[in-house]
Amino acid sequence: MTAPSTLPVSTSILPLEFYRVSFEAGGKRLIKDLSCIFAAGPSTIILGPNGAGKSLLLRLCHGLLKPSAGQIIWHGAKGRDPSAHQAMVFQRPVMLRRSVAANVDYALALRGVPRRRRRDMVAESLTETGLARLAHHPARVLSFGEQQRLALARAWALMPQVLFLDEPTANLDPAATHTVERVITAIHAAGTQVIMTTHDLGQARRLADEILFLHRGRLLEKGPADAFFAGPRNDLARAFLRGELLWRRPRDDDSDQETRNG
Amino acid sequence: MTDFGSALGAALSLVIRLDPDLAEIVLLSLKVSVGAVFLATLIGMPLGAAVALFRFPGRTAIVVMLNALMGLPPVVVGLIVYLILSRAGPLGVLGLLFTPAAMIIAQVVLVMPIIAALTRQVIEDLWTEYEEQLRSLGAGPGRALTALLWDGRFTLMTAVLAGFGRASAEVGAVMIVGGNIDHVTRVMTTAIALEVSKGDLALALGLGIILIVLSTGINGAAFVLKEAAQRRHAG
Repeated sequence: MTAPSTLPVSTSILPLEFYRVSFEAGGKRLIKDLSCIFAAGPSTIILGPNGAGKSLLLRLCHGLLKPSAGQIIWHGAKGRDPSAHQAMVFQRPVMLRRSVAANVDYALALRGVPRRRRRDMVAESLTETGLARLAHHPARVLSFGEQQRLALARAWALMPQVLFLDEPTANLDPAATHTVERVITAIHAAGTQVIMTTHDLGQARRLADEILFLHRGRLLEKGPADAFFAGPRNDLARAFLRGELLWRRPRDDDSDQETRNG
Repeated sequence: MTDFGSALGAALSLVIRLDPDLAEIVLLSLKVSVGAVFLATLIGMPLGAAVALFRFPGRTAIVVMLNALMGLPPVVVGLIVYLILSRAGPLGVLGLLFTPAAMIIAQVVLVMPIIAALTRQVIEDLWTEYEEQLRSLGAGPGRALTALLWDGRFTLMTAVLAGFGRASAEVGAVMIVGGNIDHVTRVMTTAIALEVSKGDLALALGLGIILIVLSTGINGAAFVLKEAAQRRHAG
C-alpha cells in the first residue's frame, strides 16, 4: 500500500492535548473535565456505551465543536492551521449531488490543490477504495457501503495527518464492514493517524493499538489495546467488555469514578 | 353560449394562422416575464441563501421585508415603481416609464421575494444535512453557499417556476408602469383586460388560451426535467 506522494511531507500537527475540557449543551455537561494526549503513531479507538460522549469527543478534536471549558491544543501545529491537516468520516456519509469522482475532486479543490494535480489524486483514491468503475456515477445512488467507501476515498485523497472516523461501519453489513476496515488499515499504514469511535468490540480488537474508554462524558481508561482487552483496570470497562448493560447501573458512579480511575 | 362558441372559433383561427399582432404580444410577454424572472433569480437566490446561512446585522429586517413583499398586491408594486420612474420621481431621468424595461423592473420587485423566500427554505434544510461535512472539508461561507445552491438546484427550480407563475399571470403592475401601449408595452394579460372591456372576446380568449398553454407547458416540461434529474441523482 503506497501513499499518494503528491503532498509534501511535513512535520505532524500532533500531539493533540485535551486539558480539562468540558462540553455543555442544553444545560447538561456532556463531556466532563477530560484531559488526555493523543500522540502520533498508534491507531486510537474510543469505546463506550451510547451517550458516553464518543462522537462529541471526536467533534471537539476536529474543531466542529468548541469546548465550554478547558483547552484543546495541537502541539505540533506551530502556527499552521491544524484543520487543514485533518479529515473526518461521519456515521452517515453526506454526498454532494454530483458524480463520485466530483465528490473527491471537490474536497481537493477546497484544500487548494491545483486542478491539474487533482485528476490523478482522485483516480488513485478511487482505485484504492475499489470505486474506480463507479467514478462517473452520481454519488447519491451508491449503496450505503459504497457511499462510506467514497467518504473514505475523499479522506484518502486529502492525505490528512489525522483522520477521525465516527462509527464508520455502524450501519454496514459484514462484507462492507470488512472493506471499510481494510481501507482504514491502509490509510493508517500510509502514515495517517486514525482516531475512531465504534460500538463493535470485534472491530476495536482488529484495528486498535490504543483504547480510550468513555462513560457518561468521563474518560475512565486509556491504554494499549492488548492490555485493555486482556483485562481493563476499570470495572465499568470490564463490565462493558463482558457485554453488560451499563445504563442499568445506578448513577452513583459519577462521583467515585475519578478516584477509582486514578 | 353562441358568443363563447364563436369567440373560441375566432380565437383558434388567430392562433392557428399565427396572427402577427398576437405573436408580437406573446413574444413581448415572454420577454418581460422571462427577463424579470432571470434578474429576480440572480438577486433572490444568493440573497435567500445568505439569509439561510449567515447571521448578520439587518438579517431579521430582510426576512420581514421579504415576507411582506411576497404578499404585496401587484397594483401597489406597480404604483410604487410608477412613482419612482415617473418624470418627477427619483429615477425619472432614466425615462423608463412606459417601456418594457419598467415592466421588467416592476415584475422583479414582485418575483424576487418569492424566489428568495423559497430559496431560503431549501438552503436551510440542506444546510442542516451538509453543515458538518462541509465544515469538516474546510469550505468557507462562500464555497458552502455555492455548493448548497448547486445541490439544491432541482428543488430551486420550483422556486423559479413559482416566480414565473406570478410574473406571467399578473396584470396590475405591468398595466400601470407599461401603460398597455399597442406595439410597445402590450402584453398578454393587459391585452386580455383591454379586449374584454372593448368587447373583442375572440382576441381575449385567444390570448387566454395561449397564456394557459404556455404556462402549463413550461411547468410540465420543468416537472419532467426535474423528475428525471432527481431520479438520476437519487434526490
